Amino acid sequence: MTFPKLVIFINALIPLVLLLWDLYHKRVGPNPLEFATRTTGMLTLVFLCLTLAVTPLRKIFGINALVKFRRMLGLFAFFYGSLHLLTYVWFDRQFHLLSTIEDIGRRPFILAGMTAFVLMAPLAITSTNQMVRRLGGKRWARLHRLVYFAATAGVVHFWMLVKSDTSLPFTFAFILLFLLGYRVLLKYTPAQPTPPSTSLFPRD
Amino acid sequence: MQAAVLAGTATASTLLYQRLNPAPVEPIQGEKLDAAAEASKSEAVKNGYVVEDKLTPFEAITTYNNFYEFDTSKGGVATAAKGFVTKPWQVSVGGLVNKPRVFDLDELLKFPLEHRVYRLRCVEGWSMVIPWIGFPLSKLLEKVEPTSQARYVAFQTLFDPNRMPNQRTGVLDWPYVEGLRLDEAMHPLTIMATGLYDEVLPPQDGAPIRLVVPWKYGFKSIKSVVNISLVADEPPTTWNIQAPNEYGFYSNVNPDVPHPRWSQATERRIGEYSRRKTLLFNGYGEQVAHLYQGMDLVKNY
Repeated sequence: MTFPKLVIFINALIPLVLLLWDLYHKRVGPNPLEFATRTTGMLTLVFLCLTLAVTPLRKIFGINALVKFRRMLGLFAFFYGSLHLLTYVWFDRQFHLLSTIEDIGRRPFILAGMTAFVLMAPLAITSTNQMVRRLGGKRWARLHRLVYFAATAGVVHFWMLVKSDTSLPFTFAFILLFLLGYRVLLKYTPAQPTPPSTSLFPRD
Repeated sequence: MQAAVLAGTATASTLLYQRLNPAPVEPIQGEKLDAAAEASKSEAVKNGYVVEDKLTPFEAITTYNNFYEFDTSKGGVATAAKGFVTKPWQVSVGGLVNKPRVFDLDELLKFPLEHRVYRLRCVEGWSMVIPWIGFPLSKLLEKVEPTSQARYVAFQTLFDPNRMPNQRTGVLDWPYVEGLRLDEAMHPLTIMATGLYDEVLPPQDGAPIRLVVPWKYGFKSIKSVVNISLVADEPPTTWNIQAPNEYGFYSNVNPDVPHPRWSQATERRIGEYSRRKTLLFNGYGEQVAHLYQGMDLVKNY
């Protein structure tokens, strides 16, 4: 691992360490299970946004090297998403498969969250260099556009569970709108002289 | 150099995390409510006003609150409400009554206090068991003599953005208003609470005086009440104004009537790991089901 990657890796794990530390020391308020679910959910959205910020930042500031961190950021989004799902299946459903399936059908915001997770899973699975080769760059890139829908479903999931103070979901929605809007804009504006794009995962 | 970069970014991340997840507030031991000693616990048990469930700890009741006038995060209310001034305080009781009156808080505290241990079920799917101190609302209403036209009771929370800072935002339509049918208001389970755990009601729990209706979702139990009015027609209620298809006027706890966005079949009792089944009328069916005889509880949610 290169040093910049190590820095990101360590920093991406810090919230988890602090969360576990606070849980262990009972410093998370009277409803620790809800706290764990809320925090891992928020971290998932944060890492999804960071992942999606790579391309705009690259293009706007011309820092192509940022692409080297995209895979790690995306995998952390999936990692926190998995933890988030685990807290729900564990604390909310006590690992009852049937009750989980019922719940997905009954509560639309759970369906939205599950959709986001299901969309992220294939991206995590195909994140290795070998999978990129096997799928071919074009197909791989097309598949990984699913992240746009995963992030959207994630924000919708958050929005749907809030009772009236939508400021936080709104913030995420606004950021996401900018990140996705930038891509649409890029697609429909005449090509500008940009630095030649390198391969998907340039060698370090 | 590399070590410094690692340490620097790690510190920044830690601070950012802690800033977004502030440590929970320590519960503040409040003032003892002197008159609470006179409230008979055995009398309350005898009358069926004490549920046998394990009490929720004082610190959970006073650090996990929904009180949007102060903050929309449950952990943030206690801090935001700290130092909330409740003296002087007056509650005006009027409308369709023969003897409208403005009560000073001191007068209200002179009503014979009673001890109640009630379940509280939040519409969000969590619950607590709270030892309240208060007096039946019926005792207050009897003093003002509702006229025969009075069919509903409308309640209003204090509106004062200087003391309730979140009222400057538009998260809800202020002031918070709630309502009950007169027979619900007169029911012996319906109380005006002035304390909990034998202490003066803390600001975050609705100081200095609040309604408690244990068979309805928590938001019906309006806090920091300044106005009670007897009316002829069903009064507007805040959450119903906010989302009419989600929160009805009755809002009786009912596991079979799901909220449009989540099921109400189960709840998490604060402090417990697994969810428990939600009971119809929050387990008070024997005492209150007759109020709704012949009513369609799905339609009148």
